[in-house]
Amino acid sequence: MTSPRVVVVGAGQGGLETAAALRGRGFSGRITLVGDECVLPYQRPPLSKGFLTGATGATDPADLELRPASFFATQGIDLVPGDRAERIDRECRVLHLESGAALPYDHLVLATGARPRPLPVPGAGLSGVLALRGLRDAHTLRRELSGPARHLVVVGAGFIGLELAATARTLGHEVTVVEAQSRALARALTPEMSAWLTDEHRRQGVRLLLSREVAALHGDPSGQVEIMELDGGERIPAELVVVGIGVLPHTELAAEADLVVGDGIVVDERLRTSDPAIHAVGDCARFPRPGARGHTRIESVQNASDQARCVAADICGEGAPYTAVPWFWSEQYAVRLQIAGLTAGHDEVVLAGDPGEARFSVFCFQAGRLVGVESVNRPADHGIARRLLAGGTDLSPEEVGAPGFDLKQYQRAPAPAPAPAPVTAPRERPVHVAHA
Amino acid sequence: MAKITYKHPGGTVTVVDLDAPNTVMRGAKLNNIDGIEAQCGGSAQCGTCHVFIDQDNTLPLPEMDSVEDDVLYGTAVPRCDTSRLSCQLPVTDALDGLVVHLPEAQS
Repeated sequence: MTSPRVVVVGAGQGGLETAAALRGRGFSGRITLVGDECVLPYQRPPLSKGFLTGATGATDPADLELRPASFFATQGIDLVPGDRAERIDRECRVLHLESGAALPYDHLVLATGARPRPLPVPGAGLSGVLALRGLRDAHTLRRELSGPARHLVVVGAGFIGLELAATARTLGHEVTVVEAQSRALARALTPEMSAWLTDEHRRQGVRLLLSREVAALHGDPSGQVEIMELDGGERIPAELVVVGIGVLPHTELAAEADLVVGDGIVVDERLRTSDPAIHAVGDCARFPRPGARGHTRIESVQNASDQARCVAADICGEGAPYTAVPWFWSEQYAVRLQIAGLTAGHDEVVLAGDPGEARFSVFCFQAGRLVGVESVNRPADHGIARRLLAGGTDLSPEEVGAPGFDLKQYQRAPAPAPAPAPVTAPRERPVHVAHA
Repeated sequence: MAKITYKHPGGTVTVVDLDAPNTVMRGAKLNNIDGIEAQCGGSAQCGTCHVFIDQDNTLPLPEMDSVEDDVLYGTAVPRCDTSRLSCQLPVTDALDGLVVHLPEAQS
């Protein structure tokens, strides 16, 4: 019997970690990692922050690399850079590449990622209208931001948009953020944290416009953007525009192979697609929410890394359902924002710490059960919350709200197994403020 | 150059030679040493590069700052007196001979 062959499509965080985790588990078959970029797999989080200021990877690209070139040789991982998966022949279990190469597989892992959602307005194709996803985008943006101060307009107050706004402000640019929703990071953050972060950006001199939409972009005769027109007709200077209004998962390859897709490649609890020989991980994968109803898709380093390890285990015959607690981080100015769990659906929040000193956490409960914690400059709260959420906890809103509460002192009581999130009717969200 | 020894809970020992600029975390990643995840890439966010410094260590380690101290509260295997985040340990000649023990789990 020949040893099994694994082909991984996509050499980002999820794809690389799948290959590395397979070797880490002692998988001895052939591993091929196909990436459409011509560089070694790299970290994306610094691209909106340290890479633009020059702190990370700007002088030495190796700072950004997830692994050095020697890693692929010593681990026996065939990295195929600069090529693109074109078609999956599921019957013959062969992946066809754009270059004409054909890669037979026993297991195929789709780590195809996502691309920025384009801004659907007239003028979006003008020069100076950028998005940020990959290293090439980051190089362009770095060049644009390294010169004299300019009027930058960021479209979208999500993680990418706000991190870029913070970086550009730090570099001395005039920054306006235009957000269509009524608050920043509406999908990811509680109204409390969202409001605090909005205030912080305004304190730093960012003009943050909420509930406003872009109507059009206007350029000079050379085709360079210079004016943004908002709904209502207001025109604002826009020498540089960065669009950060979310991403679209790369599902085309899967869809053309008749795999089930729908805002992501649909997978089961072991991250297998509708063809059990094919898994999907990371930004492109739509997976069942552990302990809750429905499927979700999560765009984060943690999700890509943990799903990669889950798939590697499954391929090695030691699989288990994917149950990792999601967590996220962001850095903006001196703000270390960390989120443990998924807070959507919470019906009660308790604040601990001091927002005025930029050290506080927002504990989110649903029907009395802790579902997530957002922290600003309180890394202990974040780390302990991840552990509590993973193990199941009976930490109550009353305990968090009690005078002198400190999660560091909170003993890990023998906890019940995590129960499925109850479906409750929306109700008023009581907000308690703990004594700092 | 510094020789760094990583001891796995199962008894496996990996010894690597590292040059500056690197960290003890990065040394593990470069050599695909299982047992260091470092999901955040070394920005002291995630606590998944937790190591225990060998009890008999006499080499001078950098002081722990308050962020590292806080992050260590959230490690998968509870911290002890010798716990550090390996991303906060830059490799220098002075660390030649350092021995670190890897925890059972990082996440």
